[in-house]
Amino acid sequence: MEKKRDYSLVGESTRIAIETGLASAEWYHTDVARKAMKELMQRSDGPAIRDTIIWIVAILGSAAGIIWFWGTWWVVPFLLVYGVLYGSSSDSRWHECGHGTAFRTRRMNDVVYQIASFMLMRNPVTWRWSHARHHTDTIIVGRDAEIAVMRPPDLLRAALAFTGVLDFRYSLPTLVRNAFGKISPDEKSFIPEMELRKVVTAARWHVAIYVAAIVLALYLWSFLPLVLIGLPRLYGSWHMVLTGLLQHIGLADNVTDHRLNTRTVYMNPISRFIYWNMNYHVEHHMFPMVPYHALPRLHELIKHDLPEPNPSMWHAYREVWPVLIKQLRYEDYFLKRELPPTARPYRDEFHALTVPAAAE
Amino acid sequence: MAGWVEACGVDDVEEEDVIRFDHGGRTFAIYRSPDDEYFATDGYCTHEKAHLADGLVMDDIIECPKHNGRFNYKTGVAKGAPVCVNLATYPVKVEAGKVMIQIG
Repeated sequence: MEKKRDYSLVGESTRIAIETGLASAEWYHTDVARKAMKELMQRSDGPAIRDTIIWIVAILGSAAGIIWFWGTWWVVPFLLVYGVLYGSSSDSRWHECGHGTAFRTRRMNDVVYQIASFMLMRNPVTWRWSHARHHTDTIIVGRDAEIAVMRPPDLLRAALAFTGVLDFRYSLPTLVRNAFGKISPDEKSFIPEMELRKVVTAARWHVAIYVAAIVLALYLWSFLPLVLIGLPRLYGSWHMVLTGLLQHIGLADNVTDHRLNTRTVYMNPISRFIYWNMNYHVEHHMFPMVPYHALPRLHELIKHDLPEPNPSMWHAYREVWPVLIKQLRYEDYFLKRELPPTARPYRDEFHALTVPAAAE
Repeated sequence: MAGWVEACGVDDVEEEDVIRFDHGGRTFAIYRSPDDEYFATDGYCTHEKAHLADGLVMDDIIECPKHNGRFNYKTGVAKGAPVCVNLATYPVKVEAGKVMIQIG
């Protein structure tokens, strides 16, 4: 079957997105009074300091458990906890601190951002710029560098993502390539030239730490250093994928309304701690200035204008599964989620190419 | 030299806040600092076309609502990625309860 979508950032879809005005377009926003929005945007160090202390204590505690019980079966629960904290919760810390909204103090955001980027094997410079592009051109084919599941969906690839293998296989060679001073054309398409040097420097730091961990493992003749540094990206990233895939999967692409291409899902408190409330994802994309701890309040304020959230992750996956199956044959098909009667309607004139293929 | 233009009344902007001012086909942002001084910059972020007036003022910083890029609105200096280009600033004076800006 001929592929209609070119996900390269310098290809045919890129050209079309720019020519049709989809790139860097003006997006739909729910009306929120300036006074209310100003209150929601207010920064505070308190919630993130509290959460970061809990996070670090839990990471160090579970790491201590791994070291203590290494070589016995008692190590397994500690591996599970450490893996998710290292390989999954670092994603939300990376994300929120990258936006600069977690803490009021910029330096605190920067420190946690650097630590979380390392844990994720993400170049902190590259990913800051790719995420800016993701917010400018959310799920615009040829422009968005962070589309997790492309069309037609590769379901095997999506399943393998839960193991972290694919990300690991991409992230580590990318860091090594960057450390040798090589920047790809896709990376150059969203990173300003003046920042390219920083990409290389950051990659060299990351690679140096991994080399040190490997040397230590060889010296001790033990996998333990690698189980603590690097490998959690494999065995602990399942929760990041479980929650993160739901952000946009099966929804519209090439539209300029986050209600059509982004999903809000109610989640349990543990997942919300790990995910730092990014389950309120439509709200986050519409108003990225609102810190994670204020997203539930934002949700209450604007939910009249948004599709009904999925009541659980299970519900969301059950809803999207038949859509993915159908996309295997009809890649234009997508899930168009129904708006409540209180919402302003979708502006179909802007989405004429994709709306007829939608399932409601 | 271009003249002074009335942008708004002094009470139209809350303390530690910003409003949008359009004039002659251009867009500006008018700020009132926490210590009750007024400043003016270009209205759009230098990174991408987003209205800074929808952003957040914290002390002497304006944060863009789209990608959280930060500028010092008193000097226009960009404070780091994703903003790399400084913001143009404009002289401001207050006369008879009105905020005036000088557009070059």
